[in-house]
Amino acid sequence: MYKYDEYDHAMVDARVAEFSDQVRRRLAGEITEDQFKPLRLMNGLYLQLHAYMLRVAVPYGTLDSRQMRMLAHIARKYDRDYGHFTTRQNIQYNWIKLEDAPAILEDLASVEMHAIQTSGNCIRNISSDQWAGAAADEITDPRPWAELLRQWSSFHPEFSYLPRKFKIAVIAANEDRAAMRLHDIGIQIVDKDGQHGAAFYVGGGMGRTPMIAPLIKDFVPLDDMLSYAEACLRVYNRYGRRDNIYKARIKILIHELGADEYRRQVEEEFKHVKSLGIDPPKAEFDRIAAQFAPPPLDASAPDAIDRSDPDFAVWVDQNVAAHKVSGHAIVNISLKPIGGIPGDASSAQIDLMADLAEKYSHDELRVTHAQNIVLPHVRKADLYAVWQALDAAGLATPNLDLISDIIACPGLDYCSLANARSIPVAQKIATRFSDLGRQKELGELKLKISGCINACGHHHAGHIGILGVDRKGTENYQLSLGGSGAEDVSLGTITGPGFDEDGVVDAIERVTDKYLAERTEGERFVDTFRRVGMAPFKEAIYG
Amino acid sequence: MKLLTGNDLKTGFVTWWTGADWSLHIEDAADVGEAGEAILAAEEGARRVNAPYIINGEQTADGPRPAHIKDRIRALGPTVRPDLTLKPADPAAGDWVI
Repeated sequence: MYKYDEYDHAMVDARVAEFSDQVRRRLAGEITEDQFKPLRLMNGLYLQLHAYMLRVAVPYGTLDSRQMRMLAHIARKYDRDYGHFTTRQNIQYNWIKLEDAPAILEDLASVEMHAIQTSGNCIRNISSDQWAGAAADEITDPRPWAELLRQWSSFHPEFSYLPRKFKIAVIAANEDRAAMRLHDIGIQIVDKDGQHGAAFYVGGGMGRTPMIAPLIKDFVPLDDMLSYAEACLRVYNRYGRRDNIYKARIKILIHELGADEYRRQVEEEFKHVKSLGIDPPKAEFDRIAAQFAPPPLDASAPDAIDRSDPDFAVWVDQNVAAHKVSGHAIVNISLKPIGGIPGDASSAQIDLMADLAEKYSHDELRVTHAQNIVLPHVRKADLYAVWQALDAAGLATPNLDLISDIIACPGLDYCSLANARSIPVAQKIATRFSDLGRQKELGELKLKISGCINACGHHHAGHIGILGVDRKGTENYQLSLGGSGAEDVSLGTITGPGFDEDGVVDAIERVTDKYLAERTEGERFVDTFRRVGMAPFKEAIYG
Repeated sequence: MKLLTGNDLKTGFVTWWTGADWSLHIEDAADVGEAGEAILAAEEGARRVNAPYIINGEQTADGPRPAHIKDRIRALGPTVRPDLTLKPADPAAGDWVI
């Protein structure tokens, strides 16, 4: 894991001091809310429905047990004893007091964390594959490159006031576990004739105008990666629209210019940028990469798992993934108990996950964009002990990638932008499909719910997506089918007229029944939908 | 009826204009009638409350209530966590806004 150097510490400490003074001035009435709002947003502090909300960055979703315990401490001391893990691999606290914000940021800084650039029109937290460094299918660990991008983008003077927010994801496997092509820039580390390079996909995103990022460059030598990213941003910063917030994202610019013209401009800019010496010397990259050295895993550790406890065996089959090192496994902790709130964890649960990481996973945890937690390096011989501890804490729901593993934004229960509630819909769907046998019969089925068009719940990328809208003051839910945020990326198609809260649950049941009737051997829901199209599902839903 | 609401500067908590001051409890909210804009201007100047705004409300048997679901949720708290509302442990609290 990356450890702050003196520059990282100095930057974060200076920001904490600066923001503390800004808070003092605001509380003293020396500055207005209009003056203060952009300052607090730069530090991740929103004003939501019930209180201030603080969004804390978890760079590329990686953290250690000390940091995880600090997240629990903040939940316990300053909030209401829980936190909400987000689709950007961050954590949010919903009940923060402004007067506590400086102390919270000081506490975060003490464990090398912060809330900088978790809001505002800047480059946000860099996201990545939650299995990075552990996945059997990756060609390298993408996190050193994500960390390099984090350092490059932190307080980048030219990109602090972009036309709109900007999100970057970095992966290094063909299986896309980070919704890479639905980011403003998606980078995939690829291998070409034994050399690693970066494929740049630019101009993806969800929101009110969802777009899949086109490939802008199939192979950028890694020595040029920062310069190429800088060129991509410069063209956007120069020509991205600032006159219309709904057309300000880079996806709109690329859509209007065309990918070919955008690429031409980036290539031209790149020639200039490359002469500026932005890319770090190899020694600096090596310094960063050394901090992501694989943990000392014993490849001769036993590979067999005692599956005599049937509940444990079910969990292993659903929530445990292959590790690149024999005798080890990746543990996926579901934060989606049936009827629970997707992504929420109590301080006690957060502490427990930290303890398990320290004892069994070489002190590492990951936050996933699907709002779950990962222990990336667990010996197979320890899986039973890990499962027992998780089960006792309500954290062993064996539903990874099943219909009840729902992504849901906070929705109208918390969010000032939302038009409808997301969480109660997620709870009702999970409860309707609570029978695990039924869920497994349905197989991989990614259901995603957003409470407004901003799509924080990734509904466009759901095999089944739900969008909550305000219809004359009443919550209404639009259903879409056929989306995917994975390597088979696609955008969902709206089925037709929307439903009320209970109606959308019934509609989903009709959709899944139709899938079971139509599918052929080995087909996932989304495969069947792509084969047969919308018509039979529409017929099943609306008659 | 018209209600005046905002978020308390220090805590961010939802607050309601009572006719003389601010209260965390919707039950204390006063009908500001046509005076809302003037109160709003004065209170913004006092800088105790963030972004106050006027909403439509209705008088019910339980007291004043906002007309729109968003402000009803603001008034009582998240519907999915009744334990966090202003009436802790009231099992009916989560249904109140529907």
